[in-house]
Order: sequence, then C-alpha cells, then structure tokens
Amino acid sequence: MGREGEVVSQLIAGFEKEHPGIKVEVQQIPWSAAHEKLLTAYVGDATPDIAMLGNTWVPEFAAIDALEPLDALAAKSVNAPRADFFPGIWNTNVVDGVTYGIPWYVDTQVIFYRSDLLAAAGYKQMPTTWADWRAAMLKIKSKMSARQYPLLIPTTEWRPPVILGLQAGSPLLKDNGQYGAFHDPPFRKGFDFYVSLYHDGLAPTLSASEISNIYQEFEHGNIAMYISGPWQIGEFTNRLPKSLQDKWMTASLPGIDGPGAALAGGASLSLFRRSTHKAEAWQLMEYLSRPEVQLKFYTLTGDLPARRESWKDTALANNRYARAFRDQLDRVVPTPQVPEWEQIATKVFEHGEEAVRGRKTVDRTLMELDNDVNGILEKRRFLLSQKKTAAKVATR
Amino acid sequence: MDSARQRQRIEQVLLYTLLIIGACLAMLPMVWMVSASLMPSGQASTYPPHFFPTTVTFAHYTDLFTRLDLGRNLLNSAFVSFVVTFASLFINSLAGYAFAKLRFRGRDRLFRALSTGLVLPVQVAMLPLFLLLKNLGLINTYWGVIIPGLSSIFGIFLVRQYALAIPDEMLDAARVDGASEFRIFWSIVVPGIMPILATLSIWTFLATWNDFMWPLIVLSDSSHYTLPVALANLSGEHVQDTELMMAGSVLTVIPVMLVFLFLQRYYIQGVMAGSVKG
Amino acid sequence: MTMRSSSLRIPAEANTAAWFFLAPALLLIGVFFFLPVAASLLLSVTDFDIYGIANAGNTRFVGLQNYVKLLHTPDFWKALKNTFYFAFVGGPLTIAVSLCAALLLNSKLVRFKGFFRTIYFTPFVTTLVAVAIVWRYLYHTRYGLFNYGLSKLGIAPIDWLGDPHWAMPAIILMAVWKSFGYNMLIFIAGLQSVPEELYDAAEIDGAGAFRRFFSITLPMLAPTLVFISVITMIGYFQLFAEPYVMTQGGPLRSTTSVVLLMYEEGFRWWRMGYAAAIAFVLFIVILIATLLQFRLQKGERA
Repeated sequence: MGREGEVVSQLIAGFEKEHPGIKVEVQQIPWSAAHEKLLTAYVGDATPDIAMLGNTWVPEFAAIDALEPLDALAAKSVNAPRADFFPGIWNTNVVDGVTYGIPWYVDTQVIFYRSDLLAAAGYKQMPTTWADWRAAMLKIKSKMSARQYPLLIPTTEWRPPVILGLQAGSPLLKDNGQYGAFHDPPFRKGFDFYVSLYHDGLAPTLSASEISNIYQEFEHGNIAMYISGPWQIGEFTNRLPKSLQDKWMTASLPGIDGPGAALAGGASLSLFRRSTHKAEAWQLMEYLSRPEVQLKFYTLTGDLPARRESWKDTALANNRYARAFRDQLDRVVPTPQVPEWEQIATKVFEHGEEAVRGRKTVDRTLMELDNDVNGILEKRRFLLSQKKTAAKVATR
Repeated sequence: MDSARQRQRIEQVLLYTLLIIGACLAMLPMVWMVSASLMPSGQASTYPPHFFPTTVTFAHYTDLFTRLDLGRNLLNSAFVSFVVTFASLFINSLAGYAFAKLRFRGRDRLFRALSTGLVLPVQVAMLPLFLLLKNLGLINTYWGVIIPGLSSIFGIFLVRQYALAIPDEMLDAARVDGASEFRIFWSIVVPGIMPILATLSIWTFLATWNDFMWPLIVLSDSSHYTLPVALANLSGEHVQDTELMMAGSVLTVIPVMLVFLFLQRYYIQGVMAGSVKG
Repeated sequence: MTMRSSSLRIPAEANTAAWFFLAPALLLIGVFFFLPVAASLLLSVTDFDIYGIANAGNTRFVGLQNYVKLLHTPDFWKALKNTFYFAFVGGPLTIAVSLCAALLLNSKLVRFKGFFRTIYFTPFVTTLVAVAIVWRYLYHTRYGLFNYGLSKLGIAPIDWLGDPHWAMPAIILMAVWKSFGYNMLIFIAGLQSVPEELYDAAEIDGAGAFRRFFSITLPMLAPTLVFISVITMIGYFQLFAEPYVMTQGGPLRSTTSVVLLMYEEGFRWWRMGYAAAIAFVLFIVILIATLLQFRLQKGERA
C-alpha cells in the first residue's frame, strides 16, 4: 500500500536475481482500500500469497483464520530471527501466543517540538516525566499569547488518551479482550492527566478537522509541541521554512516517572493460509527482512526498519530526528489484539471529547465508555464461549 | 398618476436590490472557490482573508492532473455518467411507454406496485445490495456503480406521464400497417417524447455525476473512484492545502455546470412541468 | 384511464411485446432495488457482522434484538434528534427562502428573470461534496470569509464547525443555500398558475400587498406547499454527505445523521445486521412522513 507498494518492486528485483526460479507479482492497493480489499479477497477465495498488513489488522485477519502461523518458520530462520526485532513490535503480530506476521516497518509516536520555545522556557531537553513535562508546558504557556498553546492533541484522535492510559499501566481491555477496562484505576489515571491538559489550557480543544494547517501553526509558534509519527519528519523538513529548520526537534514521550511507552504501529508481512506457494513466499519474507534490504527500503520510503540491526547503519544513526524514534521503539506496546479494536478506539475519543469539553464528568465518561465497549465485544464473548464448549466436548 | 408611477419605481429598485444581493450571496461561495483555486499556496489561509488572488497560478490544477491523477477520476465520472444516462434513457423509456400505451393484463396493478417503490429510501437497499454485488464480484468495479442506476422508477414515471399524450389512433394506425411494436416505439414514440427524454437525460447525467454515497461504498480503490469520492478522499489527506482542494472542487463542478448552463431550458422545463400536476 | 382498454381485445402481439419492453427495467429494479430492500428486513433480524463475513455460521438469528439495542443506544437517539433538527428547521427555512425568491422573480416589475433564475438555481446543480469542501473553508474560525464578515459587523467569530451548538446550524445554512433553487422553480410554476383576475379583483377591493398574499397567494399555493414540504423533508431525512465531508458527524456527534450512523455501523464497522435495523427505522420515519402528505393532500382537496 501507499508509497511502499510503489517501491517494493525495486526490492523484489534483488530477490528474483537470487532465486531465479521464483517470479513475484506485486499488486498495489492504496491504504484506504487495502483493509476492505483484502477482506473481500479472503471471502472471494482470491487471497495473495503474502500481503502487507497494517499491524493492527493482524488480529482481525487471524480471527477469521486467514493467516498462516509463522513461529516454526521464524524459529528456524537465519534472516528473520525473532530476537533482532523490537519485541513490542513483534508482539503486535502475536495473537493467542501464535505469530501471524513478520514486522516489516515500524511506526510509533514521539513529540515534535519547537526547541527554541522549549529553551526559552528554560529546558534544554524534553522532560521525561509527566510532572516535568507539565511544568515545562506551563512555562511555555506563560510566554504565549491568548490563542497559542504549548501542546496540540486533537480531540478526535484516540492515540493520546490510549497512550497515556497504557503508560499508567492500563491493559485497556481485560479478560482476554472480553471486557473494557477503561473505568478501572490505571486507565483513569492516564485519562485524568489527559483531560487536565485541556482544562489547564495547555492544549486547545480542537478536533482534527478544525486544524487546517498544523505546519503553519507550528511555524508561527501557535503550537510548540505535537505528537505524531515518522512520516512527519519529511513533512516538517519540506513544509517549514529554512529559517526554522534548526529550531525543531523530536523527543520520545515522557512517562509517569521516566521515559514512557508509545504504541507499536507499523506494517507486517503475513502469509495467507490458502497460499499454494508457502515455501517460496516465506523465502521472500525472509529476504525482505534482511537488514540491508530493510535499509534500502528505508532510503526509498523513509519508513523505519523493524530490525534493530538496520538501525546501526550510519544513514539512520545520523538522522537526528530518527533518534527519538529509535529510543521510543524500545518502549512500545501493542493495542489489544481484537478485531473490534478500530471501533473501540473510535469510542475512546468520542467519549473522551465529552469529558474534555466539560460536558460529562470523567467518572461518567469512562463508565459509559466501558458500557459501549462491552456491548461491542458481546459477539466476541459469545464466540469464545462457543469455542470453550466445543473444546470441552472435544476433550470428553 | 405620478405618485403611483413613483411608487412603482421605488418598488422596482427595491426588488432589483434584493435580487442582486441574493444573486451575490448565491454566487459568493462559487466565486471564492474559483478565486482560491488560483491563489498561490497558503494565500487562502491568511488573515484578513484574500478574496482575489494577488498572483494567479494554475499550479494546483497541474498538480491535480500530475501528482494526484484526478484526470483518471474525471474520466471515471464521465464514463459512468454517460453509460448510465444513455442506457437508462433507453430502458426507462421502453418501460414508460409500455405502461402508457401498451395494453396488457395487470398493467395498472403492476404500475401501482412499482410506484410504491418511490417512497422507499434508497439507503435501505444499500447493505444487502453491497452483499449481492460482492457475491457477483462487482465490488470495486465500474459496473457496481452503473448497474443499480440503469433503471429508475422515477424515470419510468416521467416517460409514462409524457407518453400518455400520444394519440392512440396514431399508434393503432401503424399497427394496422403491420409495424412491429418496437418499430412503432422507435419511429413514432421516441421523436414524440423528445423533450422529456432531453430533460430526463440531463437529470440523470447530473444525478449520476453528483452521486456520492453509493460510489463511496462500492469503490475501494482510488483509481476507480468517481470525482466526488476522490475529492472527499483528498480532503482527508490534504486538509491543509486549501487552494489545491478548491481546484479539485472546481474540476468536479465545472462539467455539471456546463451541462446545466447549455441545456437549462430542458432541465427547468422538466422541473416546472413535473410540479404543475401537483 | 379510458374505458376502451377493457372493451378492446388485447392483441397477443402487444402482450408479448409489452413484456419485452418491460423486462430490462423490471428485472433491474426488482433485483437491484426491491430485492435488497426486502433482504434488509431479513438482515436486520440477524447479527451479521465481520465474523459472519468470514464464516456464515457465525451469524445468529436475533429477532428484534437489534431494534431493542438501538432504542437503548444514546448515539441512535442523538442521530434521530439531529436528523429531525436538520429536517424541521432546514426544511421550513429552505421553503421560506425559495418562496421569497419565487415571489421576487414572479413580480411583473422585474426583467432579466431568466438570468436571475439561472443564478439562483446554480447552487442546486453543483456537486454536494465539492461545495461542502468549499463551505468548510468558508466556515474556518480564523481564515474563513464568514467570520471575517461577522467581524466587520462587530460580531465575535463563531466556531462554526467546532462548536456543538453551531455545527448543525452551519450545515443547515449550507443546505438552504444549495437547495432553495429547486423549490423556487416549483413555486414559480405554482405562482404562475394563480389566475390574474383574483389579484385584480382584490386590488380593486382595496386589498394591500400583504392582504393579497395571505388571502389569495398562500391558499392557492397550498397544495404546492404541501407537496414541496414533504419532498423537502424526505430529502432532508437522508442527510449524509454534508456531515461526512465537513464534520465526520462531530463535534460531539452533534451532526451525526441517521444515514451517517447507518453508514458507519454498516460499512466501517461491518455490523451489518445492526445497520440494517437503523436503515429500516429510517424507512419507517419516511413512510410516516409520506403518509402524512397523502392525508394532508386529501384534506386539501376536500
């Protein structure tokens, strides 16, 4: 999908040279369509051998039994050894203890910030604890005028409250993903902090669609910090004026008492169960996982490699903006491995907005969120209980 | 007499003023749309806002066709709209004429049953229709968009209404002469109902071009998107590129505006005629 | 219909020809419209979802459970409320504006009628998505033209699309602008069908402009008014593209319409059984509105 689809054929050429008997056909689909198209392909019995899946989709496709388990293959592999991948990222591909995808590139969140504004507030580096972070933002705010804010976190994004909840130790869902844990103390702690950012005037109460141009706001100093992903490195470099290029930097996220966790995102390569060329497909997956191939991929797309080995290369090691990502990748956590996660994530920010805008108390908000989530997970509970009874019957 | 004339004058001035203000309000968004599409990047997001560009640039239009491949979507829209318009014209007029002038058992009952469909909102059909098309392998194809639009109860209604006015004697005479029903339809009826066919074809073209929800659901691959869907898709990713989005909007709106402006007589006639029956 | 048809012998050829003429249309409409509508009812009593897409065996027959769930979902009531707000405020507003425009254009004192008529009708033919995007920028809090205009009048800027109280009014305003031209045309036709003599007689009797409007024009337009009201309402109940493009149903779900909710549940989350129930409720609402129209029209004729 996306740029990756355009570029992968260049990588494939190398593979075909090494394996003259194998021909690889590449189909490109835009991100927006891929999810639906792959699902449709599955139902229509027309799946490819391998597909690149957004790693939050892996649980969904595993749930419908579309993917081939990869643990055995990975254990024997020289080129795709589990140990060299960022554990948090690898785990996003593990459902019920079984691995269904090999990480291809990674994605996580860091803070993009105006280093000059942070320095003017007396901080040479981004703080690493919530308390210090808050203090720094208050300091920055004191030097700002009325419609300027230290931090931009759009109210219609689910990642910030989820990240803060994870940092506070919340599992988000409990009982093997059957019930919501949003009303429990850990998530509540993170959520209280999240809401306070808005209520203390540190972040504007704006939805994603209301911010027409984040780069302009950043340039004019209307925003000092913004949480986002690796592709923004390129955007900020291209869209900010030259005069500003030495005045912004990235930093990993602060946590409660020290550097905090972020979400393990990215894409994986998965093998479809119905493939009739599994051995060859696996060889391709291994090839694409080689450190040098991963690096080439990075130079072509700007996507960050999933293998730690690749990061040792100078191109990446010297990219000063990528350093924060490298650091953050050691502390990434996956989202719950349930197919319903996308809808649950939407509910998180929908309810979250009510609390942020002061329309409901935090307590009521989280209670209603849990209610909604429990409703969404009802089918999952039913199917799991069916599996249990079937297993019981089978073991008699 | 003079004061009456004076009163009329004042009334006239008042009326014209209101009409002109109204016209300005009606056109304001469209004018700004075109204007902003010609502004250099970033100029549309300034304070105080610019109404006219300081320098005119066509860069965004070039962008649409080169970087964003909207030309493809333009062709998609054109293809779908033309096929639906002409095919449905044929299919609907055949049926409309049949209901008006061909005598067969159960005709009126069938027509009444068909008319009940007019109260059914099309959204109710969408979910199962999607599943049906999925089983037929038509998801993400042009035909998935075209086929559901090939016949419409409203079109049949319209043609029938108009065809009722054709004198039966003329048709019977042709039958006596040995002409086949289709020959009668093609040589006598069609020329006779040209006005309504013109109206219906413009209506259908506009409606199909502007259609959003169903193409959004059926098409999942941007190279197949019709223009409205492509535009909506773009607006998600490029929310910050105001001028670019305006150029996209202009591109989407111009074809239908042109069709309307050149053929408005038929369109407006159709709207007004359809209403008099009340 | 004339009596002739029943007394005339139906030639066999005409009979078969008729079915050939009708076959394409009936087949298409039957298979791609009526059949899905019926299937929708069936779908709404199951819990067909993504698990069901993977394996049909995962689908349960749930009777009216989807409907019960709907009635207990605040989101659904919100969507219903929003849709009614849009229809019952936007509808009359649109009709009022189109009536005013029609009255203006119908005046004998006005020339260039065709020109103005075209200008007023143009918004109606434009693509909704395109204009929604334009209006989204016009509504921008800082850089939009509307707030700029307000500031010239000394009014503080309004957060049109970000304030839950203003988002639906913003969408209503845009809908009025876009749709008034269509109703205007119908009103013009209606106004033109009012006999001149009635106005002349009233003028001789000394009735002023307002009196003439309320005693002659409105009553004569009554059937047209009813017709327009109902088709406008029915159209407005199907609100979808505006919130989808401009606000994604926000802020705080204040612009989520019933159709948007159905789209989200059915095509984003793949809870198709549940979404079918929502669609069916929409159908009931529109059916009631249409039946009301027939009632009112019958009342008028009496």
